[in-house]
Amino acid sequence: MSNRFIAIEGIARRFPSRGGEPVTIFENLSLSIARGEFVCIIGHSGCGKSTVLNVLAGLDQPDAGFVFIDEKQITGPGLDRAVIFQSHALLPWKTALGNVAYAVSSRWPSLPRAEVLERAQRAIDLVGLHGAEMKRPAELSGGMRQRVGIARALSIEPKILLMDEPFSALDALTRGALQDEVRRICRDTGQTLFMITHDVDEAMYLADKIVLMTNGPGAMIAEIVENPLPQDRKRDEIHRHPDYYPLRNHLIDFLVTRSVTFKNEIPVGYDRSKPPVVRPVAKQPALA
Amino acid sequence: MSNAAPLSLRAGVLSLLIFVIFALAWHLGTRGGPSGPAMDPEYAKLMGATATQGKSAMPGPLEVGAKLVEHLRHPFYDRGPNDKGLGVQLAFSMLRVAAGYGLAVLVAIPLGFLIGMSPLMNKALDPFIQVMKPVSPLAWMPLALYTIKDSGLSAIFVIFICSLWPMLVNTAFGVSGVRKEWLNVARTLEVGPWRRAFTVILPAAAPTIFTGMRISIGIAWLVIVAAEMLVGGTGIGYFVWNEWNNLSITNVIIAILLIGLVGMLLDQLLARAARAVTFPE
Ligand SMILES: Nc1ncnc2c1ncn2[C@@H]1O[C@H](COP(=O)(O)OP(=O)(O)OP(=O)(O)O)[C@@H](O)[C@H]1O
Ligand SMILES: [Mg+2]
Repeated sequence: MSNRFIAIEGIARRFPSRGGEPVTIFENLSLSIARGEFVCIIGHSGCGKSTVLNVLAGLDQPDAGFVFIDEKQITGPGLDRAVIFQSHALLPWKTALGNVAYAVSSRWPSLPRAEVLERAQRAIDLVGLHGAEMKRPAELSGGMRQRVGIARALSIEPKILLMDEPFSALDALTRGALQDEVRRICRDTGQTLFMITHDVDEAMYLADKIVLMTNGPGAMIAEIVENPLPQDRKRDEIHRHPDYYPLRNHLIDFLVTRSVTFKNEIPVGYDRSKPPVVRPVAKQPALA
Repeated sequence: MSNAAPLSLRAGVLSLLIFVIFALAWHLGTRGGPSGPAMDPEYAKLMGATATQGKSAMPGPLEVGAKLVEHLRHPFYDRGPNDKGLGVQLAFSMLRVAAGYGLAVLVAIPLGFLIGMSPLMNKALDPFIQVMKPVSPLAWMPLALYTIKDSGLSAIFVIFICSLWPMLVNTAFGVSGVRKEWLNVARTLEVGPWRRAFTVILPAAAPTIFTGMRISIGIAWLVIVAAEMLVGGTGIGYFVWNEWNNLSITNVIIAILLIGLVGMLLDQLLARAARAVTFPE
């Protein structure tokens, strides 16, 4: 199995600013993701996480560098990648079911209408929206809209799911249920997931690897944190695991201080094209 | 909600009251009417028969009402070029509007789509549109008569020209303003250009397009009356001009009333269509 299923190689993105000099959001950014891996990226607001995701989705072109998926360079968006947008991006003139059905019929153009609707309905049921399928986005709550967006992405059975803060507008209970659902789907279908989140606990529960991004402009990937928690972790038990607090403290530590200071005290041997991989674990107690 | 019904009821009663007062004032103001000033027989001969029968004075509401009932009884008779039922005349006008307006829809919406999709076309065609838009459609009439050489077709052309601009501008505006995130949805789903045009851009721009269509139908209905006065022959505009020449103010008033009613109907029709395609965000 290739551990470079998704390979981001030295991408840069600059936006024109009013002053004239373009602002470099990030440059020479590299990251690879293995097939079936669940990767979360955390970093402060405005550091460029959505920009990275848009480049991966093919919606935005990097100003330098390349992105390869399965050895092929991407040139635009594709049905192999489904995007859950930060702004849910539902078509307001279609019902919840209509929005999902639109994706299904785009994915399988020759599928009979009845089967399109059946698949769409299944996706709607999966995110717990049974009964609300005939409502238009304007008649749904923020969390319900986000769930329609999730259903739409899941319905096309993509190889890669790109999620931009998909659970941020949900209450704790729904969020937990959907996290479990996404985790189950990911493990059952071998899907590769790339997810942006602000929630450290969410990242710890879901991700195999957590990418730490420093503040922009000129954001960098400071390091890649391997999740030391067991694969079969349970939501209500992980906090008892000895590695739980070392991991959590490492992540919080990064968000609170190192995301700002990293730029000024770059560790020796740091290589942008190959960010260091760390694995925070409990220190072995000294033998008495 | 409990306040809505009484309000519309009160408004209805008030409307009725205003109408009654208006009709009453009109009636009182024209009561002494029928026996007009004595006419010079030479002038009377010049003006034709109707003018000598006392119709030159301002008619009262009862007279207009009676004439209206008479018109409504036989709306579709046709007794030669100068004597057709009001229904026939209105039908001629509506057919011209339908032809000119329909042609304008066929041209403006696809063209507006192209302009809206391409920032280059948008910028390149903008000066032409800005110059052509404020030209009174009637100014085109001589040019149309000279090139087309058919008065009926010229009227249709004038309707076409005046309906074109609002629809063109609105379609281009609606299409260029489609939200990026909706287009991105189509892109990530690899939706082809035609399907994207019909399933994303058209529904997203439809409310704006219909607003343009509504403005256009209003202008077209305003212009047809003037155009038919110029080209003559048939239509409600010609009818008004003809009745003015006959000095039948009663018929002119009735025509004004009907022009207003038909215009309102057309406007309501498009307003309803616009509401059907509008989506809440
Ligand atoms: N189209 C654009 N034009 C100019 N600047 C942009 C554009 N899009 C994004 N930016 C800038 O790029 C930076 C990164 O934006 P991005 O949306 O990727 O942030 P983010 O990490 O996703 O933040 P958040 O967590 O708040 O969603 C921001 O400073 C933003 O102002
Ligand atoms: Mg973002």
